Amino acid sequence: MKIKRLPCLAVLLLFVSSGIVAQEVPHVFAGARLETCEGPPIDNGVLVVHRGKIVAVGRAADVAIPAGAVKLDATGRTIMPGLVCSHSHIGSVSGGDSSGPIQPEVRALDSINARDPGIQKAQAGGITTVNVMPGSGHLLSGQTIYMKLRDVFTMEELAVRNADGSIAGGIKMANGSNPRKSAPFPGTRGKAAALVRAQYHRARDYQRKVKAANGDPEKMPDRSLGMEALVEAMEGKRMVHHHTHRQDDILTVLRLQKEFGFRVVLHHVSEGWMVAKEIAAAKVPCSVIMIDSPGGKLEASRLSLQTGAILDEAGVLVGFHTDDGITDSRLFLRSAALAVRAGMDRQKALQSVTIANARMLDMQDRVGTLTVGKDADFVLLSGDPFSVYTRVQQTWVEGSKVFDLSDPKDRLMATGGFGASNDQAQSMCCYGQGGGK
Amino acid sequence: MLAAFASALPCQQGGATSSQRSVVVAETLYTMTGEPLKNAFVLIENGKITAIGDAAKMPESVDVTRVKVATPGLIDAHSTVGLTGVLNVPHDQDHLEKSSPMQPELRAVDAFHPRDPLVEWVRGLGVTTLHTGHSPGSLLSGQTMVIKTHGRSVDQDVVRPLAMVAVTLADSGRPRGGKGPGTRAKSVAMLREKLLEAKAYAAKRKRSEDAAINLGLETMSQVIAGDVPLLITAHRAHDLASALRVAREFDIRVVLDGAAESYLMLPAIKQASVWVLPHPAMARTRGDLENGTMELAKLLFDAKIPFAMQSGYESYVPKTRVVLWEAGISVMYGLSSQDALHAMTTSPAKMLGISDRVGALRVGMDGDVALFDGDPFEYTTHCVGSVIDGVKYMSTGDGR
Repeated sequence: MKIKRLPCLAVLLLFVSSGIVAQEVPHVFAGARLETCEGPPIDNGVLVVHRGKIVAVGRAADVAIPAGAVKLDATGRTIMPGLVCSHSHIGSVSGGDSSGPIQPEVRALDSINARDPGIQKAQAGGITTVNVMPGSGHLLSGQTIYMKLRDVFTMEELAVRNADGSIAGGIKMANGSNPRKSAPFPGTRGKAAALVRAQYHRARDYQRKVKAANGDPEKMPDRSLGMEALVEAMEGKRMVHHHTHRQDDILTVLRLQKEFGFRVVLHHVSEGWMVAKEIAAAKVPCSVIMIDSPGGKLEASRLSLQTGAILDEAGVLVGFHTDDGITDSRLFLRSAALAVRAGMDRQKALQSVTIANARMLDMQDRVGTLTVGKDADFVLLSGDPFSVYTRVQQTWVEGSKVFDLSDPKDRLMATGGFGASNDQAQSMCCYGQGGGK
Repeated sequence: MLAAFASALPCQQGGATSSQRSVVVAETLYTMTGEPLKNAFVLIENGKITAIGDAAKMPESVDVTRVKVATPGLIDAHSTVGLTGVLNVPHDQDHLEKSSPMQPELRAVDAFHPRDPLVEWVRGLGVTTLHTGHSPGSLLSGQTMVIKTHGRSVDQDVVRPLAMVAVTLADSGRPRGGKGPGTRAKSVAMLREKLLEAKAYAAKRKRSEDAAINLGLETMSQVIAGDVPLLITAHRAHDLASALRVAREFDIRVVLDGAAESYLMLPAIKQASVWVLPHPAMARTRGDLENGTMELAKLLFDAKIPFAMQSGYESYVPKTRVVLWEAGISVMYGLSSQDALHAMTTSPAKMLGISDRVGALRVGMDGDVALFDGDPFEYTTHCVGSVIDGVKYMSTGDGR
């Protein structure tokens, strides 16, 4: 575990003890029901993790326990992959400002407070990977960031990296009523689409010029941060995450996607159940919000708890998201449970908060299932993932425990209470310890 | 499943069937008067419960509904449903009149929209009685009432036209825009002045029946007389302490609503003998709720403070919460199922002064029953319907 620039030795030691051990010595979790999210559940299963990766998954009889491994009894528990949330606003994230409706140069990366308690609360909910996005008040509010919820204090350490070392993320776009306001924002849906199309045409020109330059710095266009991001979207390197509720707005996204070729995930899709066939035909995944009651927002008033089931049956890849703070990260499993209640297949519902979302973040090879070779991101549950009586007991990221319900500090984050909304307490390492000068 | 979607709203109304004589048979029947009964029936005749007993000895009836689990119809101890509509556009929002910070004369009965889809929505999840009315958001926003969720008309469905008067000592009651108190101290000063005014008014009216009527002070006189409690929304411990201070000064009844930090002052609350309506367990922990805990109901229970479950008020998505599901989260966080059920049945009935009619399944009580296909608190259990005054409403769509 790489820990840099920690101000306080005591904290450093604390992390070394939980971090290094998990990394250097194999850990074995035995006796649990394993919901692998890949195949059927494995009763009395064994999970072995080592150096941040899953090295064995299977029935007790089939898994060889490595010599010198730390053995942990997980009898009666359920272990499932760390949850992946494809749409969240934790970390006090912000994006573009009121200067204009399209701001692709703005990065969520530069706005997030890595010590925000929302990150710890998400860990308490079993979330290990999350797409943190700016809001939906713009046609394009900026670049999103994919984060691994490690116990660290800088964005560089929280960030997921692409193969080339760059920080991974998508582009946040929105249509419908949220970005409609007074100029320079669009006043109508027609204007909104026209502004977006004009911008992508400019990006195409930029892309052409870059290609024509063929690496010759003399011929390159002036560098544009915004254009670079849009070109990445059109070249499929950066997923467009598109807020959209009404069925006609959903179809508008599909129309623009066809025109400009960007890869897109439809987010919220309150009326997705009305256009399930069209979404399936476009082979576009959906990240669905599960709100437990109707109303409050006109364009979302026909939201249904059955959306997940209907889209899944139509052949659409379905994930759920917290949209935290619209729903609480600590209750993320509840979204999938409500989908089961409304008729969704149980296994699909489990996948909808794990591997399906991982696919939408292009992280399916690293996270989302209990599979040998993937990151050791997993959650220990006290019981069935879809029961109200079940608690998240532990959350592990890359072989390190980042949440433990039996730890009073972590428990405060899980339940709430006095001080639970303060920035991470570790930042006050010397307060109240006689360290003042 | 998909057929239901041919129609517009996912939560379509189930057909209401009226019957003079109907029977509910449940594998587990929570009467809330003792241990749950196994394989028991409830007979409802002309809207009232006339018999409860072993299913084997069930009287003959044309209308029999068989379910896994039945409980008394649930009571939402505090909601704004019917005044806040599903669409959240000015057309259907009548919960908060902002022209003046203190308007106790505003009656809930004149604002409740019985056919708003949210009324049907909460009924589809077992709620048969609502304590609803003017919302938090101004110092003294108006009156609340108790109504059944038939969705017919206020005059047919109302149980108590005036239940409480809504007061806000939370941040939302201090708009700082000139239209209301801008600080905590000013809020309490204005409230105290209003109570003093009501006291003087009541004395004057007592002396002379010809004294001019003031509708607001008429209402506040009932508060002064101890007939009507103030429903005080507050979250910070010092705001809750202010509420108790005012209650002591004027010897009036108060109910603490929201009460996010009440766990910091449990002995004081217990000593004051007031009811607490903990905020919904899933309420967003922001602003003056930032220290909120999902364990609040359990903490109140352990401290032996009387409490009841509420769906509360939401200004945004979702436009109502579901008291059953909020209670479910309290169960997840340590409250027992049985105690959570009491907090949606016998307890709110007692708090609202209607326990002679609703909140338990007993001969002579209203024929209000909530019907489930399993443990009411499980996410994957459905509320299959509810019975109100003997009228059966089966749930369909998302509510089912």
